[in-house]
Amino acid sequence: MSQPEAAAVPTWRARLRRVPWQQLTPLAGLVLLLIVGSLIHPAFLTSTNLFNVLTRAAFIGIIAVGGTFVIIGGGIDLSVGSMAAFLSGAMILLMNALHGGAISPLGVVLIGVGMVLGSGLLAGAANGLAITRGRIEPFIVTLGTLGIFRSLVTYLADGGTISLNFALRGVYRPVFYGAFLGIPIPVWAFAVVAVLGAILLHRTRFGRYVRAIGSNQEVARYAAIRVARVRTLTYVIQGLCVAIAVVLYVPRLGSASASTGILWELEAIAAVIIGGTALKGGSGHIWGTVVGAIMLSLIGNVLNLTTAISEYLNGTVQGLIIIGAVFMQRGRQGR
Amino acid sequence: MVAREPILRGTGLSMAFGPIEVLHAVDVDVRPGEVHALVGENGAGKSTLMKLLSGYHRPTAGDVVLDGQPTRFRDSNAAEAAGIVLIHQELNLVPDLTVEENVFLGREPHRFGLVDRGAARRATAELLATLRTEVPVTRRVRELSVSQAQMVEIAKAVSRKVRVLCMDEPTDVLTGRETEVLFDLVRRLTADGVAILYVSHKLDEVMAIADRVTILRDGDKIGTFATADLTPAEMARRMVGRDLADMYPPKVRPGPEAPWALEVEGLDVPGFVRGATLAVRRGEVLGVAGLVGAGRTELFEGVLGLRPAHGSVRKDGRPVRWRHPEDAKLDRVAYLTEDRKGKGLLLSKQLRENVTLQSLERFARPFVDLRAEQAALERSAKEFDVRVARLDIEAAALSGGNQQKVVLAKLMLTEPDVVILDEPTRGIDIGTKRQIYFYVAELLARGVAIVLISSELSEILGLAHRVVVMHDGRVTGTLDGDGLDEETVMAYATGLRRDPPPGLQEAPTQEVDRVPA
Repeated sequence: MSQPEAAAVPTWRARLRRVPWQQLTPLAGLVLLLIVGSLIHPAFLTSTNLFNVLTRAAFIGIIAVGGTFVIIGGGIDLSVGSMAAFLSGAMILLMNALHGGAISPLGVVLIGVGMVLGSGLLAGAANGLAITRGRIEPFIVTLGTLGIFRSLVTYLADGGTISLNFALRGVYRPVFYGAFLGIPIPVWAFAVVAVLGAILLHRTRFGRYVRAIGSNQEVARYAAIRVARVRTLTYVIQGLCVAIAVVLYVPRLGSASASTGILWELEAIAAVIIGGTALKGGSGHIWGTVVGAIMLSLIGNVLNLTTAISEYLNGTVQGLIIIGAVFMQRGRQGR
Repeated sequence: MVAREPILRGTGLSMAFGPIEVLHAVDVDVRPGEVHALVGENGAGKSTLMKLLSGYHRPTAGDVVLDGQPTRFRDSNAAEAAGIVLIHQELNLVPDLTVEENVFLGREPHRFGLVDRGAARRATAELLATLRTEVPVTRRVRELSVSQAQMVEIAKAVSRKVRVLCMDEPTDVLTGRETEVLFDLVRRLTADGVAILYVSHKLDEVMAIADRVTILRDGDKIGTFATADLTPAEMARRMVGRDLADMYPPKVRPGPEAPWALEVEGLDVPGFVRGATLAVRRGEVLGVAGLVGAGRTELFEGVLGLRPAHGSVRKDGRPVRWRHPEDAKLDRVAYLTEDRKGKGLLLSKQLRENVTLQSLERFARPFVDLRAEQAALERSAKEFDVRVARLDIEAAALSGGNQQKVVLAKLMLTEPDVVILDEPTRGIDIGTKRQIYFYVAELLARGVAIVLISSELSEILGLAHRVVVMHDGRVTGTLDGDGLDEETVMAYATGLRRDPPPGLQEAPTQEVDRVPA
């Protein structure tokens, strides 16, 4: 009661020291990119352009939310790009086959969406079970499925392109091109996935267990946690996130080919790492991943708008930023 | 012994970590050809003193004197170059390199710009031969037993012209036979004039091997004595500074009507345990004694579903089959691991997350209630007397004793009625030990059954109502705790005595090599 006021109110300096500066680096990078972008081109800060950036970020972002679980759990999933391509191809073939029958076009699209979500879960479960029950390194398993899914989509497309029936495109189109309250549907979807992911990761037992397993699997096992089950579920979540991204992606081009989703796995992993999640597992944040995905999309956008650097150097800039992000993390995790 | 000039001396050595001084103006000298033991309770400053002398730390006051010259080792490499080598408890070898590659790591002999493996191999083989150690030089260290790896460490030290060999609890990970081999080697080294500085808490070993003993207590030197002038009891009294009688709570025997809480019959853990049978009542401490490698930990890990096992297990008289630790948890059985840092705590996580990890379902409805967790942490910290300035720190920041209290608190939040404690006081100070012993008594009063696995016989004798002794994967005897003495337990632990197990045939168990982590 009689404590001096000064003791109760922390000084500014003490408050500043308590701010987790290192966790804020991704955010600082994002702000920096926004400043650079607005200086480069007057059209940059328009809502059209920024929504365009967010819409493009949505695919990688949604996949990266799933990737955050996998990586925090101490794993890695290299197969997401191929999985997206395969699911896209399979979805289009199924919908084309059903079209013209007794089912309305809307019904066909809904069946297609259901099939993709179900297949995503199964594909994720296959990765997860091979890793946990088969006791094979995640890198190896998902490198294998990366090849498998990629070759399956090439086979389905017979080396060419699988195109969605035009009548179906008209029905499906709004899922990518539509907007709700002025905000594009993919951006809504990204936001919903991110919020649900954040709640799951930070507020539930499952999320806590994922972090515990990534931090020290043996401690988790001795604490009576079902390590294999939790770890498998992280891959199932990853598969589901890939499926959601596919649902948004297919109406964009209405086609799938052997080159669909190429290098998405790298961008998704990059978004997770730029967002401050430790590659060795144990800790990380969904919001960081969201920032990471938006940053990657912004880099492409800024390079498009400027003539100073060729847009073909997009990969170079992204690569430098990824390496830089990990370099910044080192101070936190070294020892 | 002829008093020769000491190789290495410490004069007025003090050491502080931050504001806390852990060693207060200690004098010590190490003479050629002697085994000089440093003994004391945990936290007495033995390891710190050893690290000052071998260049791992720099003293905050006082001097390290080498051959009469005050010296400041820049780091441990400088000390090694001067012939002062410290062998860590966690051996410092590269597991995937061969014996020869490890011995010459960083100073490989060269010929025409390439590593001369032949020369290195010959030199290593010669070295091992002079140490009379039979370790193949081309074997990878990963494939060696702990004792063999230790021999390689010693060979490495000898190849660097060691003059003072510092060993920190070297026999902790060795079996009795391996300890004998190590002592043989120590005797040969001292015969060549090498001085051995030896930290141990096993007083019988100190009596057997050391010429002189320096006793430390709470960072002060109590004195240096010729071993021949001391009895182990005197040594212990000087280490602790008080009588040990009040270390243990009075034993209260459960009545004969106390029901069996956990019964294990004919349990096999492939590669480790054969046909183990034991049982513990509610309100009883069942001690499990045996040498390192006897299979005690593996036996209970098998019971709990932490490793494959077959045999019959009953909980409260009901047959159970635990395939996963979660099954055991649901049947209210908890296991305190002997590997606190590797299996007990998420070192980089906060205490809050650690303490609720095993009972998180009690805090999630369905979202984890951080406030309830925090309240549980505060209650646990109070109940277990976790002494820290603040609770919002990582587990790694705690001392060993406090860490053990947090792990114990984590188990107890699951409200078990059978608690298996595996080396519960390893590496913790005497005050905390006593607290843990009295906590065990509290649990007994509540009707909890306790299994106490321990390599500290005094602890087993002080707490256990009955003692199961294991040797080489088998239960060799089940003894009454009253009037039991160390000699009897050791006779069973070393396999000299064994009571016939009920209805089990003799068959040799598989020899299991333990590999350094």
